[in-house]
Amino acid sequence: MDDEQQDRTSPPGGLQPPTSPASGEVKDRTPPPRPSPASGEGGSHSVVDDVGALLKGLRTTLGEAMKPPVTTMYPEDKTPRSERYRGRHYLRRYDNGLERCIGCELCAAACPVGCILVIAAENTEEKRVSPGERYAKTYEINMLRCIFCGYCEDACPVQAIVLGPEYELSDTSREKFIYTKEKLLEPMPPDVQARLDAKEKK
Amino acid sequence: MSGFYNDPIGHWIVVVVAMALLLFVVLTATAYTVWFERVALGRIQRRPGPNRVGPFGLLQLAADGIKLAFKESFVPAKTDKLIFVIAPTIGVAAAFLAWAVIPIGLWYNVQYWIADVNVGILVIFAVSSLNVYAIVLGGYASNNKYSLLGGLRASAQLISYEMALGLSLVPTFMIVGSLRLRDIAEYTVSWGPYHGPIPLILLTPIGFLIYIISATAETNRTPFDLPEAEQELIGGFLTEYSGLKFTMYYLAEYLNVITVSALATLLFFGGWYLWIVPPVFAFLIKVVLMLFLYIWLRATFPRLRYDMLMRLGWKVLLPLAMANVIVTAIILVAVQG
Repeated sequence: MDDEQQDRTSPPGGLQPPTSPASGEVKDRTPPPRPSPASGEGGSHSVVDDVGALLKGLRTTLGEAMKPPVTTMYPEDKTPRSERYRGRHYLRRYDNGLERCIGCELCAAACPVGCILVIAAENTEEKRVSPGERYAKTYEINMLRCIFCGYCEDACPVQAIVLGPEYELSDTSREKFIYTKEKLLEPMPPDVQARLDAKEKK
Repeated sequence: MSGFYNDPIGHWIVVVVAMALLLFVVLTATAYTVWFERVALGRIQRRPGPNRVGPFGLLQLAADGIKLAFKESFVPAKTDKLIFVIAPTIGVAAAFLAWAVIPIGLWYNVQYWIADVNVGILVIFAVSSLNVYAIVLGGYASNNKYSLLGGLRASAQLISYEMALGLSLVPTFMIVGSLRLRDIAEYTVSWGPYHGPIPLILLTPIGFLIYIISATAETNRTPFDLPEAEQELIGGFLTEYSGLKFTMYYLAEYLNVITVSALATLLFFGGWYLWIVPPVFAFLIKVVLMLFLYIWLRATFPRLRYDMLMRLGWKVLLPLAMANVIVTAIILVAVQG
């Protein structure tokens, strides 16, 4: 019974598509010439090949299923970032607690999208905020506009503004994306400090 | 119990309770089929699949169901409103109706089925053919060219493959000599020392092959999902459907997948017989394996081009199925005299 039915599978046609991707719209059912056209069983040979190709595909997918998933389970696991990753901004302080920013507005000038607002004020003897003549009274970054290009960090003459590694910045209202001076002056993660130290050595 | 069952009122109570139970079981099974498919597809694509909602993502379908149920029941303008609403209902009703005659098992003299019809397989074919109305009417009523094309493709495809599907099972009927699903599942042979149930796939392997291909086409699953064809027809007949009406189509599709898997189990794998495994669980195991086969096919093969689909159906499967019938008939006559 099996033999006879094996013969029944031999008529050409049918399961050819997967092995002849380039043949296009050819209506001819006979496949393109094979290396051995003289052999009498050219037609049945191609069907066997095609079924073999289908089985090969099935074996491949099953083999993939046996391997472990490659997914990073994101909120729990995170892929490592480059140490030069440009995430949210930080404003730095000197070791004696004074702010580095001198209110020169070069960052705002360098910013291609204009998301930085700096309003400078004079330092006085009673109220000294930064070591220079002036300091930033207001320093705001609109994080919805920022494109994280890092030009502000390059432009800063005193390395006051740096980009940290955090990229999970989603929030619930637009207002919360205007990062004010208080937020920007938060202590930096240690890896940013390490990166800056390495940069200074160069 | 049997006294209660033989009483007319008791009989109806039993039947109604059984129907409610089956409805619940089949709905749950559908939900977990979707879960199983998503996990299996994920594994094949080297990702974990749903794993957030509940343990192993088992409550994912509850979350999805609630989301879909609370969506706005939107009917686009210029649709045929009545048909637009009725079409998905037809699909679900047809898909559920088939389960009226599918026997799940015979365990300690308890019959796990609603009706033991002597033409059970014909009932299933008749009812499952109604699915084409759901798709065609949905595609027509949407008043959208993509939906209409999806519906047209579906009608052509379902009609083409229904022939091969029916013919692929004829050898089984000839061997068993009955259309009752229970008889087919309980088919036993006496081959020398062996006397007992035998999976019919050993006797009609070609029939099984044709059945698998045709059933995949009948349920509109990849690689025969031309009526949906997200890339070409942006969802085909499903384009305009959302919310609960979409859920009904979705439910019907997966119900049909389970139905054809259960049918394959009954017709080719000896139903609820599997060594010492209790009958209902044996049936379940076999159905799950069949479901995996469908998912595996979906994960492996790309969609056929339309002319290839028609060629495969009419020029390969149909003649093959007819030849299978004739060869089986000749062998049967030769063996049984």
